[in-house]
Amino acid sequence: MNLYLASAGANAWSQPFFQHALLAGTFIALAAGLVGYFLVLRAQVFTGDALSHVAFTGAMAALAAGYDLRLGLFTACILVALLLAGIGRRGKADDVVIGSAFAWILGLGSFFLTLYTTSASGMNDGGAGVRVLFGSIFGLDAGQTLVAVLVALGVGVAVMFLGRPLLFATLDESVAAARGVPVKALGLAFLVLVGITAGEATQAVGSLLLLGLLAAPAGAAVRLTDRPFRGLALTAGLAVAEMWAGLAAAAWIPRCPPSFSVMAAASLVYAATYLRRPTTRRSRTVTA
Amino acid sequence: MGSASFSWNLVGDFQQMWSYPFMVNAFRAGATVAVVAAAVGWFVVLRRQTFAAHTLSVVAFPGAALATLAGFALSLGYFGFCVAAALALALLRRGREPGGSGESAAIGIVQAFLLACGYLFMALYKGLLEGPQTLLFGSFLGITTGQVTTLAMAGVAVLGVLAVIGRPLLFASVDPQVAAARGVPVRGLSVAFLVLLGAATAEAAQITGALLVFALMVLPAATAQVLTARPGLSLLLTVVLGFAATWAGLVAAWFWPYPLGFFVTTIAFALFLLAHGARLLSTALANRIASATIPAGAA
Amino acid sequence: MNPAAQAQQQDLLKVEPASPAASGAPVTPTTPVLCLCGAAARVGGRTLWSGVDLEVQAGEFVAVLGPNGVGKSTLVKVLLGTVPAAAGDIRVLGRRPGEAGHRVGYLPQRRSFDSDLRIRGIDIVRMGLDGDRWGVPLPWSRSRRAEQARVDEVIELVGASAYAHRPIGQCSGGEQQRLLIAQALVRRPEILLLDEPLDSLDLPNQSAVAALIGRICHQEGVAVVMVAHDVNPILHHLDRVVYIAEGGAVCGPPSEVINSETLTRLYRTPVEVLSTQDGRLVVVGQPEAPAVHTDRHTGREK
Repeated sequence: MNLYLASAGANAWSQPFFQHALLAGTFIALAAGLVGYFLVLRAQVFTGDALSHVAFTGAMAALAAGYDLRLGLFTACILVALLLAGIGRRGKADDVVIGSAFAWILGLGSFFLTLYTTSASGMNDGGAGVRVLFGSIFGLDAGQTLVAVLVALGVGVAVMFLGRPLLFATLDESVAAARGVPVKALGLAFLVLVGITAGEATQAVGSLLLLGLLAAPAGAAVRLTDRPFRGLALTAGLAVAEMWAGLAAAAWIPRCPPSFSVMAAASLVYAATYLRRPTTRRSRTVTA
Repeated sequence: MGSASFSWNLVGDFQQMWSYPFMVNAFRAGATVAVVAAAVGWFVVLRRQTFAAHTLSVVAFPGAALATLAGFALSLGYFGFCVAAALALALLRRGREPGGSGESAAIGIVQAFLLACGYLFMALYKGLLEGPQTLLFGSFLGITTGQVTTLAMAGVAVLGVLAVIGRPLLFASVDPQVAAARGVPVRGLSVAFLVLLGAATAEAAQITGALLVFALMVLPAATAQVLTARPGLSLLLTVVLGFAATWAGLVAAWFWPYPLGFFVTTIAFALFLLAHGARLLSTALANRIASATIPAGAA
Repeated sequence: MNPAAQAQQQDLLKVEPASPAASGAPVTPTTPVLCLCGAAARVGGRTLWSGVDLEVQAGEFVAVLGPNGVGKSTLVKVLLGTVPAAAGDIRVLGRRPGEAGHRVGYLPQRRSFDSDLRIRGIDIVRMGLDGDRWGVPLPWSRSRRAEQARVDEVIELVGASAYAHRPIGQCSGGEQQRLLIAQALVRRPEILLLDEPLDSLDLPNQSAVAALIGRICHQEGVAVVMVAHDVNPILHHLDRVVYIAEGGAVCGPPSEVINSETLTRLYRTPVEVLSTQDGRLVVVGQPEAPAVHTDRHTGREK
């Protein structure tokens, strides 16, 4: 729908839809970057993948039932995050179990999509599925932008608050547990944050693409620095910069969907990190 | 879809269904796809490569979108993209520990980027594309006999290669270090397997849609590996389960107006839950018997 | 290690002795830092050991020995408070297990880091200092410099300065182990609980790490309780041995415990201890504990 408004070109900068997108995008990218850094360090990217698909099903279920799409997004993501944390030991579920569960949830999503597009309210809204899957950041209105910014800020503050113990629990779980760090509760809280972020980012780049927003800046930062908190800051910075670059490209290039240009910017930055040799000397090979 | 109503006269229902050539083709294609996906999926679950499998399966979407945009054969788009993505993953995997943080990030980025490309192709094509929903969630309508032949040939090729490399692949999956010491080319096998996986997903995606291939791949195998630890039996069980879920899904999709993918995933997931329930029950029983015979707390 | 570096370390040790008074604990030399009285542990309905009496003074080096699966690691976990004791009275620095907080340093069994984990060793050590505090470290925080200094100092102490700035995934097993010992030491603990720290190290590294632990123990006055499956690399540094077998345990100086008589009594089956020419001890005929594997795995997953 609003995707092709982008062809307005340079005029886009002054349009309210672009300003909303810029504002919401900035904060969503910030939250996604911060959460993504820990997601990559904890090797839980696949969990993020699962949650992103849950976002689709949740949104479709809400639409089919006639509620606001965001209600379904957040409810589904948080519930499944709690579930994944619950079935896995130490808040980390087995990949096969995650995969099995989200394969079905995705099938359920296709069911709700059919239900919605064949229902009375969704008859004229054939693009709803595509919008949820691939995002519609240029379609946010002022109210949606405000909610998105507030939720993203909340996620950011929570990640900063949990930051150090979460890092400890991630890198060195048994010692952290012996030190009294609530390892299990942290794993759970973190997954809930991932769930909320997935719901957030779905509005920006869509449930299929939000994985890139979570993983790409963090993947690049992990390759660029080996200091954890510098890496966290770098991830957030890269995510925001990539979002801006993507939005600008979408405004300038006709018919370029913003979701694609954001992903392209993120992937380009990640690919560029392969050109640079890691800073550390690999003076000797390590025998494990 | 929904072109007939379900009566409890099963034989009559089946005959009616079978009288439509496109339904016969759907059953044939479904069977091929289910068997290939299940066999490859069994190794996916064993090797814990679910994330890579999911990534390769969604890559079918940009492949199909590009084929539509550029106007070449859909199958070419499916197979080309999936195999190319498999090689890319193999390249990214080089020199890393499997399952490490770096690898999963790289896979995730490849997946998101390629999906974004698919979306771009779709946006560029605009209008005449048969709808992203079909590419993503699959359709069993309008499968031609030619398509079935292509699928069957590709399926036979994948299964043939899998049969040849099956035993060393099993060894390399279960115990890579010992296998490498015995002269099994572990790294080569890993690349070959990713390519096979790409081909299998490309094949299955044409029926189930890019998003739901993964279900066909992981669910039957995960179910079978819950039920038995014997490799041969569990492989056989995987194929049977995948086949049953697909055909049952096709029958259901014939009678009810909801997507095929929904039925296939729901049936397969129900089987998965049943298997887990059965195992929990049997271990609970075994524990009770054990605790009844051995007094607890004996030092 | 070159003499200069060694001298530097000696200096550091003189400057920074871990005095009990500094950390605000009323531990006089006569109060044991660690006290077990009739302690017992039960895991999964099976009693691992019972009736264990042990007192450890500050600056003592105690090894926990015994065959696989008798509950050596469980003893460490009981002292940490992560596994509750089934019976008996246990005091760690005069308190109940788990309440002594940062005054206990812990090195769990066999940890290794992913080879592609790109986090520096120094950051891992730093986690030991402030990893359990909420929030993220702020660049303008006042205590930052002091914390940095403490981390550098402890890395120097274990002789890991050369590779502390490298990603820990790229360090060898021995290097990782030294960094992890530094992590356990960084808060100046009064007790160090080590679970098989020499496991998976080669022989030269084993004796080097053993010497390092012995030095920390005797010069800094830190009580060390170390689980080991082989007593020989640490034999020269040991003050006392706890030998666990088949539900019971014997404590005492190494020479009194690791001999044919005591072990035969403990196992209730003939066991012989041989002494080689270079002073190494070999235990012959010791029965393995039942259900070794299952027990070890359940223990680890906890």
